[in-house]
Amino acid sequence: MFKSKDLLGLRDLSGEDIMEILTTAKEMKTKIDYAHLRDDTLKKASIVTLFYENSTRTKTSFMLAGAYLGGIVQDLGVSTSSVNKGESLIDTGLNIDKMGVKFMIIRHSMTGAAAVLARNVKACVINAGDGTNEHPTQALLDMYTILDYMGGFKGLKVVILGDISHSRVARSNAFGLVKLGAKVTLAGPSTLISGNMRALGVEVTSDIKGAIADADVVMGLRVQFERQKNMPFPNTREYAALYGINSELLKYAKPDALVMHPGPVNRGVEFSTDVIDGKNSVINIQVKNGVAVRMAILKLLYEANVDL
Amino acid sequence: MSILIKGGRVIDPANGIDKVCDIYVKDGQIKKVSENIGAQADRVIDAEGKWVMPGLIDLHVHFREPGFERKETIRTGSRAAAMGGFTTVCCMPNTNPVTDNDIIVEFIKLKAQRAGIVHVLPIGSISKGMQGEELSDIGKMASAGICALSEDGKSVLNAALMKNAMRYASMFKLPIFDHCEDPSLTGKGQMNAGEQAAFMGLGGISNDSEEVIVARDMILAESTHTPLHLCHISTKGSVTLIKQAKERGVKVTSEATPHHFTLCDEDITDYDANYKMAPPLRSKADRQAIKEALRDGIIEVISTDHAPHHIDEKNCEFQQALNGIIGLETSFPLAKTELVDGGYLTPTGLVEKMSYNPAKILGDGRGTLSVGAAADITIADPDCEYIIDVEDMVSKAKNTPFGGRTVKGKILYTIVDGYIMVDNGVLMKK
Repeated sequence: MFKSKDLLGLRDLSGEDIMEILTTAKEMKTKIDYAHLRDDTLKKASIVTLFYENSTRTKTSFMLAGAYLGGIVQDLGVSTSSVNKGESLIDTGLNIDKMGVKFMIIRHSMTGAAAVLARNVKACVINAGDGTNEHPTQALLDMYTILDYMGGFKGLKVVILGDISHSRVARSNAFGLVKLGAKVTLAGPSTLISGNMRALGVEVTSDIKGAIADADVVMGLRVQFERQKNMPFPNTREYAALYGINSELLKYAKPDALVMHPGPVNRGVEFSTDVIDGKNSVINIQVKNGVAVRMAILKLLYEANVDL
Repeated sequence: MSILIKGGRVIDPANGIDKVCDIYVKDGQIKKVSENIGAQADRVIDAEGKWVMPGLIDLHVHFREPGFERKETIRTGSRAAAMGGFTTVCCMPNTNPVTDNDIIVEFIKLKAQRAGIVHVLPIGSISKGMQGEELSDIGKMASAGICALSEDGKSVLNAALMKNAMRYASMFKLPIFDHCEDPSLTGKGQMNAGEQAAFMGLGGISNDSEEVIVARDMILAESTHTPLHLCHISTKGSVTLIKQAKERGVKVTSEATPHHFTLCDEDITDYDANYKMAPPLRSKADRQAIKEALRDGIIEVISTDHAPHHIDEKNCEFQQALNGIIGLETSFPLAKTELVDGGYLTPTGLVEKMSYNPAKILGDGRGTLSVGAAADITIADPDCEYIIDVEDMVSKAKNTPFGGRTVKGKILYTIVDGYIMVDNGVLMKK
């Protein structure tokens, strides 16, 4: 059923595609804990990671996911490669394409970079984050986690909080969750959110209490003021005071609401420490699910493009 | 050499003419305009069913020479101009080195002369090196023959310097072609701020980045009593500001590009950098306002902002890609299709926008088919429908989003100083 050459974003996937990935991820999960269950689904297909931006979770979990399925995994250390000599993204891609590579996994600071690479290479391209556009595998692992705990998406109130304007995680989650029937609210200070986001079928607000009220899922985003030239917010302390989620604020959400975060967390900024380590938090479980989701994506893309 | 153009629909707003008649050209001049001219000629062009217009004039092109010859040269740009029906083009000073002194001006004139295809009028930069700090050699460049001043690609951010430039330029009767953009508001934006940008995950450029400078510079033009020409107006708000300024007597003119009245931000769906330009493609409402402003005469001029780039500068990350598209070879067909067939302009209105009004801004007697005028004449078939093929273009660059688009209106002849440069759609100069 899943037919694409690439996975560039959830904007381009149907609800059925997303469910197929999540269902496949469930099958993959046992292979994470039990080494003897791992197999050679990928039949030694080569996977190269091209990370133009830093990453802990995404890169490692992709590399492990590839290895657990019997792929050959190689990281192109971008900072020590010819990218440093000014080689363009397309030229880098074309060179790696010639080395018998089946998958390229790219993270890049510019929106659309994965799409541009995908247009120019034969290999399957997986977007591991492009600029302020999408981070589809993060959203898929978030959705997997929600599905696991909540059993479905229809009518769930999911609130995503923080620096919405610059968040590819928020955007991918919005695209995916809306397709599966969740009610998504994006909340943040007025300088970090734009009403134009309503085009995605979500609610947009700066009222944090209203946003959290009766939420089933409270997802925080890393505040990354260092990315922006004109500071949209006075300072981190003011952010924490006005928009940080602590256990008091969390009481407005449903009692069994999930607390989620794509990491890395700024303790005491987006979430207070008691929320991060509290009973509602599934932040560390998300990471484990990330490996399963990425295994599922590799498997499905491999099967859809086995003749390529 | 003499040419007799027979039986065409002669459209000449300067003389209030729109009727079927003949034109006789000899020694580079228009000698006679009337019905049934019987004179013998070296060449007779049958123009029945065709539009015969004063040569088209483009106030805004980038020919990239000196400095960026891999994108375009004065020769290749001139070829594209001729194919697009343009007999006169004004080339912007963001060359390398910047056209900020008389030596570069002479160089451009020499190259244009050697190419010998269309009239290429250099524009000098407002500030030295386009650094926005001190005035360039404006007087010397005026003596060398620039047609205008511009900082195109950016605005002069120091308002006092801009005001000085206006006052100083007026002494030489040089118009100022003003690119309006506040870079602090553009920021890292890549396309029009709006729902489509939210959808695409690209940073937005809001209309205010253009409008604050439009407002500022019209206020300066008002206080200095000097004329001002605003480049590539793209927003509804700018149109309103211009209308208000005209009503209180500010000597302001403005231009719009074919891409801003044809396309909108919703056309950006695939990170194709051939849709990336400055100002960006705006919303549908902005596009509508631009078309209505052209209809109502608030915007007087159609210019292409012909901005050639090498393929490597476009086939890359959207954010990395350079701004602009080529426009000379698609301008007339797009304007004819969108504005005349679309019901916004009469044929006369179109010729005003593409020849007569730009000529008035240059103020040097072009843009007319009057007897005694230089024989710069463009003939087009208004009914010829065709699909734009990028491979057919003669510009050195191919960066256009219009490939594959169906248009109605084709340039057949471009006559410059009495020489046929484009003959029945074929470029004569190799």
